[in-house]
Amino acid sequence: MAGWFRKPSVLPGFGLTLGFTTFFLGALVLLPLAALVFKASSLSWHDLARILLDERAIASYRLSFGAALLAAAVNAVFGFIVAWSLVRYEFPGRRLVDAVIDLPFALPTAVSGIALAAVFSPTGWLGQKLALAGVQVAYTWLGVVVALVLIGLPFVVRSVQPALVEVQRDLEDAAETLGASAWQVFRRIVLPAVMPALLTGFTLAFARGIGEYGSVVFISGNLPYQTEITPLLIVIKLEQYEYDAAAALGFFMLVMSFVMLFAINLVQAWGRRRQVAVGR
Amino acid sequence: MAGAAPRVEVRALTRSARVARAALIGVSLAFLGLLLAAPLGVVLAQALAKGWQTYVAAFADPDTQSAIRLTLLVAAIVVPVNTVFGVCAAWAIAKFEFKGKSLLITLIDLPFAVSPVIAGLVFVLLFGAHGWFGPWLQERDVSVIFAVPGIVLATLFITFPYVARELIPLMQQQGSQEEEAAITLGASAWVTFLRVTLPKIRWGLLYGIILCNARAMGEFGAVSVVSGHIRGLTNTMPLQVEILYNEYDFVSAFAVASLLAMLAILTLVIKTVVEWRTGRGRA
Repeated sequence: MAGWFRKPSVLPGFGLTLGFTTFFLGALVLLPLAALVFKASSLSWHDLARILLDERAIASYRLSFGAALLAAAVNAVFGFIVAWSLVRYEFPGRRLVDAVIDLPFALPTAVSGIALAAVFSPTGWLGQKLALAGVQVAYTWLGVVVALVLIGLPFVVRSVQPALVEVQRDLEDAAETLGASAWQVFRRIVLPAVMPALLTGFTLAFARGIGEYGSVVFISGNLPYQTEITPLLIVIKLEQYEYDAAAALGFFMLVMSFVMLFAINLVQAWGRRRQVAVGR
Repeated sequence: MAGAAPRVEVRALTRSARVARAALIGVSLAFLGLLLAAPLGVVLAQALAKGWQTYVAAFADPDTQSAIRLTLLVAAIVVPVNTVFGVCAAWAIAKFEFKGKSLLITLIDLPFAVSPVIAGLVFVLLFGAHGWFGPWLQERDVSVIFAVPGIVLATLFITFPYVARELIPLMQQQGSQEEEAAITLGASAWVTFLRVTLPKIRWGLLYGIILCNARAMGEFGAVSVVSGHIRGLTNTMPLQVEILYNEYDFVSAFAVASLLAMLAILTLVIKTVVEWRTGRGRA
């Protein structure tokens, strides 16, 4: 391999491993995604606009993006509190709690879907009590939010935890000695230090929430115009053999995924620049 | 993603700080209890709602058995393939400096960013009856969509980054000096990998494989799009859960779900052991 492409090394296997990696990546991931882009781009502007601006599609975006945004916000608050408790306090069962945070990564989405539906359905153990209070979670947009909170939780906690560990305790001590209240210390020292990590976690949770399918469809009720998320609409279009519509909606979601990836990279680059500026 | 649970620096607290501590721990535990423990508990409670015998009887159903077999088959194909890929990708990325490396890492992560439904959709567009290769495949009497190959492809796509993601940071952090020494002293490439690299990365590799396996067995959205839900033929365990649930056969649905939940718990246990072994998560 030519020198301009890579730095020389005595280690073997560069051509073989990189070749296999790019081949496999291309065949399994890039080629299929390119097929989706190609299929969508073969539609006329008119058709594309008709499909993407359809009333039912717009209702589904509103739910998918709105619920994902709300769920990410809930996670930013509660995920932060969980991360704080795990990093700053010693309590019985802390190790267990820390291990359990990753459960949504490991638990199949269909399982969390039916489990949440059972917990929150009007006859379920929490749903019953909520029904007495006049709140229905299952089969409403609230159910979608609950499912997305579950899915997004580990992203926020696992982003914030290492950042909280890095916060300089002596700065907090100094501020306290100089008369700052606990809230001021948090607001002026802790929060700015973990902000990039918190934003990264928020964006990751949001991005994951937009595309989530399995854990949502059991609890959402799936009524067109009301509780139908965009991924479900794609599935429905496919089941009706409307490949054009499915491809157009899929392309739209793919573009949104790229926008989110880009946003995450921006947030992380911003966090790195700030770290350098603070001199750490 | 790395869990971090370093030892907490315990300090003497003022009264108000103690109140804040109790409140924050309380909120955390209540939140996690509601979100994680309650659903997990419900799965077990519902599965055992009509007693142990009904629970066991749920697995006697031939369709459920075939779903379990299919899930095992898919995982048996997907996990080794993605393990080989992950090790190759990690070797190329962690051991060499070359142009376009960060782009390559971003592209490997792509399946994380894409909705599972899209992972299924792309293969339908390629291999479905109305897809690009659909007619060509039909002439040769090969079915990919609504058949096992489609399920394997969609699962490969979804679990593609897991092993690579675990290994790349680990191998980058470990550096290549020992490998360089081995090669310079005349060891072959294969021997160097087996005797020098593999022992260093085995725990991370194990966790990557376990996680890849959990996702492969549990994938729902992507597989749902390509499977066609043919009972006894193209239903994996998560799809079987859906069918049983929609038929109001709750005990059976939650019984199958409980197997998947146990797999998830086992995955977390192995992850914790791996972190303990590698000293990660201990300050």
